[in-house]
Amino acid sequence: MSVQSNVEVHSEWGIVSARQAGRNLAKELGFGGVDQARITTAISELARNIYLYAEKGEIVLEGIEKKEAGGVHRGLRIVAKDQGPGIKSVREVMEDGYTTSGGLGAGLPGVKRLMDEFDIDSITGEGTVITVVKWLR
Amino acid sequence: MQPSVIEMINSYRDEVIAQWKKEITQVQEGEFNHTVPEAVFNETNKEFVELILHTLELKQNEAKEHLRSFTERLIHTGWPLSYFTKGLQVFRRVLLELMTSNDALPSKKVYETFSEVESWIDGIINQLVDEYSGSWENTLHLQKLALKELSAPLIPVFEKISVMPLVGTIDTERAKLIMESLLEGIIEHRSQVVLIDITGVPVVDTMVAHHIIQAAEAVRLVGAKCILVGIRPEIAQTIVNLGIDLGKFSTKSSLRKGIESGLELTHRKIVSV
Ligand SMILES: Nc1ncnc2c1ncn2[C@@H]1O[C@H](COP(=O)(O)OP(=O)(O)OP(=O)(O)O)[C@@H](O)[C@H]1O
Ligand SMILES: [Mg+2]
Repeated sequence: MSVQSNVEVHSEWGIVSARQAGRNLAKELGFGGVDQARITTAISELARNIYLYAEKGEIVLEGIEKKEAGGVHRGLRIVAKDQGPGIKSVREVMEDGYTTSGGLGAGLPGVKRLMDEFDIDSITGEGTVITVVKWLR
Repeated sequence: MQPSVIEMINSYRDEVIAQWKKEITQVQEGEFNHTVPEAVFNETNKEFVELILHTLELKQNEAKEHLRSFTERLIHTGWPLSYFTKGLQVFRRVLLELMTSNDALPSKKVYETFSEVESWIDGIINQLVDEYSGSWENTLHLQKLALKELSAPLIPVFEKISVMPLVGTIDTERAKLIMESLLEGIIEHRSQVVLIDITGVPVVDTMVAHHIIQAAEAVRLVGAKCILVGIRPEIAQTIVNLGIDLGKFSTKSSLRKGIESGLELTHRKIVSV
């Protein structure tokens, strides 16, 4: 398997196409309606953050699997990469309500709750890579 | 253009026209004459080639004017831009071939003629492309306007009650329109209750939620009440996961329930008779 799709994000259109690609892949992998909505919403948050704070970047979507005692586990991985200003304090941006743009500040903590795995790798001045995974139940 | 060159072009006039018509018909056979009757085609070709030659005798702005009215008419009836550009390219080739086949012409004269013809035809091509893109921009502008009107309509369904059905993706541009249209519409229709129906919104992320919250707040400030309807179950879940508090909000599961509660708020109800 491992169909991978990359979507460039440098306008609001990019956000929409990343979402669309995510919804299609989620459907293909067999996610139900609620999880499809969660995945699409998470992509929307990550892509919009790229557009707002880094101007441009990309969303990489991939079907993944891991072997476990119970058998093979399948999931969908979203990687949001940009070469923007980076995030100074990861702890701070993960607080509900923390925003530098007058938003709700619910995006990143929300994505963490929407997905099963969540990881931020960011270097100030160099960029940000956020990797999240949703596993099929 | 030098009078001697014009004179020379004119001396080839009939040959150029005949040759051009022959070649352009070949090009057209493969391309764009499927929908246009032959008679119309021949007529247009004749008019086009004569117009090209006619521009030689006109002053520059007169020539422009003539070209403009001709292209405007054809753009209107849907002729492709490639008809003009191909037509002009073929014209240039035919003319230059005829002129250079004249051995009596000194090579310096050949060069001069060449560049004169090039810049003459280039000028016409540029103008046509400009006219075309201008008309495209115009169309695009009109379509944007139409979309704008469609993107956030406020519909007065009962006295004092209006509905805004939102269908499709909400971007920042549209979020602005929603706010404007809501506030203007409330004043215009004297609405006391507005129902925002998000059944057709595919994704409600923090930005969309934020805009809806702000819109509801603004509605409250102008003295009306906002009820959010059409929250699909999966959307309700993601809103909760995002940690967005819609507690301050009136929400109803369906438009019908929303209307019932709107009627109640304005001290009315629907009865069967
Ligand atoms: N890719 C990024 N590069 C740099 N800074 C970022 C990036 N993503 C998020 N941030 C920072 O983290 C903060 C919190 O992000 P988060 O998405 O949680 O909230 P928000 O975007 O401010 O508001 P919203 O609730 O609309 O998403 C942002 O305000 C911004 O300062
Ligand atoms: Mg955000």
